[in-house]
Amino acid sequence: MGQAVLKTGTMGAKVVALPTMQAEVVALPAVASRPLQERFSPWLRSVLVNVLPPLVTVALMLLFWEIAASGPQSSLPPPSKIWTEAKDLIVEPFFWAGSQDIGLGWRILVSLQRVAIGFSLAAVVGILLGALVGQSVWAMRGLDPVFQVLRTVPPLAWLPLSLAAFRDSQPSAIFVIFITAIWPVIINTAVGIRNIPQDYRNVAQVLRLNQIEFFFKVMVPSAAPYIFTGLRIGVGLSWLAIVAAEMLTGGVGIGFFIWDAWNSSRLSDIIVALVYIGVVGFVLDKLVAFIGSVVTRGTIVN
Amino acid sequence: MSAPYLKIDHVDKRFQRGSATTEVLKDINLVIDKGEYVSVIGHSGCGKSTLLNIIAGLTPVSAGAVLLENREVSEPGPERAVVFQNHSLLPWLTVYDNVALAVNKVFGATRSKPERHDWIMHNLDLVQMGHAKDKRPAEISGGMKQRVGIARGLAMEPKILLLDEPFGALDALTRAHLQDSIMQIHASLGNTMIMITHDVDEAVLLSDRIVMMTNGPSARIGEVLDVRLERPRKRLELVADRTYIACREAVLKFLYERHRFVEAA
Repeated sequence: MGQAVLKTGTMGAKVVALPTMQAEVVALPAVASRPLQERFSPWLRSVLVNVLPPLVTVALMLLFWEIAASGPQSSLPPPSKIWTEAKDLIVEPFFWAGSQDIGLGWRILVSLQRVAIGFSLAAVVGILLGALVGQSVWAMRGLDPVFQVLRTVPPLAWLPLSLAAFRDSQPSAIFVIFITAIWPVIINTAVGIRNIPQDYRNVAQVLRLNQIEFFFKVMVPSAAPYIFTGLRIGVGLSWLAIVAAEMLTGGVGIGFFIWDAWNSSRLSDIIVALVYIGVVGFVLDKLVAFIGSVVTRGTIVN
Repeated sequence: MSAPYLKIDHVDKRFQRGSATTEVLKDINLVIDKGEYVSVIGHSGCGKSTLLNIIAGLTPVSAGAVLLENREVSEPGPERAVVFQNHSLLPWLTVYDNVALAVNKVFGATRSKPERHDWIMHNLDLVQMGHAKDKRPAEISGGMKQRVGIARGLAMEPKILLLDEPFGALDALTRAHLQDSIMQIHASLGNTMIMITHDVDEAVLLSDRIVMMTNGPSARIGEVLDVRLERPRKRLELVADRTYIACREAVLKFLYERHRFVEAA
């Protein structure tokens, strides 16, 4: 009897399966388009899939902007006007026509140099302090509340103080970068080090690794994914801070360029500079992420 | 009579959490000879891992002492290498580098670089892992990881090799393979080994003596069973062996008759 029930069950299943066969027939046109897909290499396909949508978005944005800003009493320039007014800035990032009339590429490089110094200092000091806070309960109790308060201070609020301390705009700007980028590095490193599995610590203890060996051979590699999260947030924040700091300190740099352009009502130049800043910030973020993925290659899959 | 090789002398262990004190181990006494293979068996939570950590020096004792060749054990060290239950290989290092980390630390001052390289490869070959020396832990199976863990332990040339449920996380077939490997290594090198396990067959197959722990809290050593089986031991021949069956029965009776695990695990 049980068998009979089973048979009806199977037959019922067959009937249900019928619509699937119909669906296969419908799918035939898709098969016809296959040779077209095969002509593109998979690499080209993935580039198209990833690059085309943002290009379309940008094109649409420019179009709407053009329409919205082309009225006679519009206060902002449309893209076409920017192109005619600031063409030299767009097409020639590295021209040099006197000490104040230089391409945006040069200005970006000056800003990047400041970020590089400030951010490197923040990375080194931040990882060391984070290691201390993550490793020692007393260091955490003593330092963590102070860090939690200080990290909420906006970057620019440090600027007057650092100008007073350093009496020069260059080190002041670097200090602002440093103090902006260091908090996420400290906090993420500390979390990463607190999360080092007890097993790794036991291994280190059995091997009698000393503090320095433990730091380089276990701590840093184990906490690397966390450290790089902190570095990535840090580099983003420092790029945000440098523009603001340079607006106030003056000299050469992309931030000061924007302020200068505003004072002489060159709106088109400002917009071009904004695009530069955005692109460079994006590249910086991707760069740190890339280094992180290379360095932590063994750690992500445990 | 000369001094014992390893002496666990009236060891107590209490854990203090706030105002509450839990006594885990109570008055543990055990003497282990050089070259002996001793298993410690007991229900989960009876403190057998704590005992191993005390011998390793990873956990301090509350009272009593552990003496290795008449010297008190107070901190971890490579002369008491540990093979951890979950292998504990560093995932960012290759198989070779994991063993090299230990070898370079222990023999960095006494052996030349080529000597150390040969020693690393020798130990990897001992556990049949020489072929995978450039792989990372994530790329090899659980059994292979444990083999590397054993190679790392052996490579330190420890006076005692401590094995903390070394095969607990492995499937039955892999486990049997590794047990055979351990028996071969023990036969050829004559290491002193202490193994924590909850597997009765494994304990009888591998050990010279089986230390049976009572249930915690305040676990004690309930009985110590001598396993008088000839070596080398063959898994298949032992199945019908009278001594083997008797030993197995003794351990099972201890665990499930006299010291049944009362609490729900």
